[in-house]
Amino acid sequence: MQLVILSGKGGTGKTTLVSSFAHLSGRDTIKVDCDVDASNLHLMFEGRDVDKRPFSGSKKAIIDPEACINCGRCQAVCRFDAIEQGEKSYQVIERSCEGCNACRVVCPADAIRLEEEDSGEMIMTILKDDSYLSRANLFPGADGSGKLISEIRKASLELENAREKLIIIDGSPGIGCPVMSSITGVEYGIIVTEPTQSGFEDFKRIYEVARHFRVKSYVVINKFDLNPAMSDQIEEYCRSKELKVLGKIPYDPVVNQSNFESKPLVVYNESIAGDEIKKIWDSIKSEMGV
Amino acid sequence: MKIAVLSGKGGTGKTTVSTNLAYAMGIDYVDFDVEEPNGHIFLKPRDLKESDVNIMTPVIDQDRCTLCNICVETCQFNALVNTGKRILVFEDLCHGCGACSLACPEKAISEYPRKIGVLFEGTYEKADFFSGRMALNEPMAGPIISEIKRRIPKGRDHIVDCSPGTSCNVVKGVDGADYAIMVTEPSVFGLHDLKLAVELVEEMDIPMGIIINRSNEYDPLIEDYAKDSNLRILGKIPFSKAAAKIYSEGKLLIEEPAIKEIFEGIKKQVLEEVDHAISHS
Ligand code: SF4
Ligand code: SF4
Repeated sequence: MQLVILSGKGGTGKTTLVSSFAHLSGRDTIKVDCDVDASNLHLMFEGRDVDKRPFSGSKKAIIDPEACINCGRCQAVCRFDAIEQGEKSYQVIERSCEGCNACRVVCPADAIRLEEEDSGEMIMTILKDDSYLSRANLFPGADGSGKLISEIRKASLELENAREKLIIIDGSPGIGCPVMSSITGVEYGIIVTEPTQSGFEDFKRIYEVARHFRVKSYVVINKFDLNPAMSDQIEEYCRSKELKVLGKIPYDPVVNQSNFESKPLVVYNESIAGDEIKKIWDSIKSEMGV
Repeated sequence: MKIAVLSGKGGTGKTTVSTNLAYAMGIDYVDFDVEEPNGHIFLKPRDLKESDVNIMTPVIDQDRCTLCNICVETCQFNALVNTGKRILVFEDLCHGCGACSLACPEKAISEYPRKIGVLFEGTYEKADFFSGRMALNEPMAGPIISEIKRRIPKGRDHIVDCSPGTSCNVVKGVDGADYAIMVTEPSVFGLHDLKLAVELVEEMDIPMGIIINRSNEYDPLIEDYAKDSNLRILGKIPFSKAAAKIYSEGKLLIEEPAIKEIFEGIKKQVLEEVDHAISHS
């Protein structure tokens, strides 16, 4: 069974929730960190990397300056403005190239080839409590996050006893390709939101995406007491969509400390937010029947 | 002058900085976070003109198609599948590159414009406002960002609110900037993500400075790093419940006198830095 934690936009407390769940469930769960741009979860837990694999998420065109006859057809067909006239021949602006192949198709001199780009690495980590964390680093500026996420999720499902365990997925932010890759085929989801106008707008969008992918979704409102009126509005919306609000986390300065010390919030006994997260964890477990 | 505002990940206050600073400087604001655009909430633009963003997507003329499979082999994004009876197009995988129609020997592929999002152009205060919004259940932000970029009039000063993270879409926002502002928060995660964003901007050879949002007693975590990396701290925005409330209501923080002062300070520093950057390039 798979559970994904989502939050339209980052910074709403998604990682606070995921790291706490990870700590509470220990070796009973497998973790997947789908925030491949800035994978963070491993920073909270001691662990050792047991497997690393290079990942290529896209290709780039390369023009052989010796073979190029300067006809300019490649530039004419490129829809990404990725080809410019260089001193000697046409050349590819790597940053803009999507590796789509159009230039190669039209080149009469066979001067263009596509080459796999080094886009990142997939990493399997064993945490101190003996559970697995599947994660990745996408190199800054690289392409192919959706594909990379599919790969690390696949890796988590191939682990021993993966089918009998709960897999906790830290979803990627946004609503585009990386999110879709994080939630495809996932049964349960928790959407973390905040009582702000922007948070509310983002929440509605991510909820629609989760619904489209048939993820059974629940809601958590973080820092609900910073704007109780807005929290009420969000709850009202949830009622109208028959979405269950699993919990409301109060603003708690201990969160700053846990972020600074890089420990899961639930290890702090005095944390009121941590207490609420423990309750949320129990509720979602009973919703999932585990 | 083009200033790009980034953060290694979402939620660190990138939009807060971009909108308040654009307002303080009186220059155009451009929202590249097309997955979850929020700038409009704070700047409340007027006279918004909405237009569609399309990408050209293939349609197969099954009568002409000989199932030669050339298009399937040409497509780099697995958007075409040969079932043995026909060629299927998986539209949400298609990048709209046109390679398949160029490659088809039977001229069996035509294209139609498929809507993947919308673009907004308007004004706020005395400056222009640009943003875009990706349609739900569409995967690709890139073409929308590129289209917004084409609409920005040449030579106008503007601030770009980049997409979160450090992906290729962020590169589109930072590309061509005179200066980059990195927004971060004082936590281990904040620092980790900041380093990734700095790496990206360094590689693009663009000068930059840092703003610490939700500044608190743990600031030295970021300050020490900034010192070691020779990066200037442009300003610090402290967390306060009052500010959080203003933000939650979709208002500009600059309405609060104490925060206005902070932004005036940031503005001054940014202008100095940009001047310096432009005169040295
Ligand atoms: S237009 Fe490009 S991406 Fe789309 S199906 Fe054709 S080859 Fe593939
Ligand atoms: S290249 Fe043209 S003829 Fe060949 S399979 Fe594709 S659509 Fe059909």
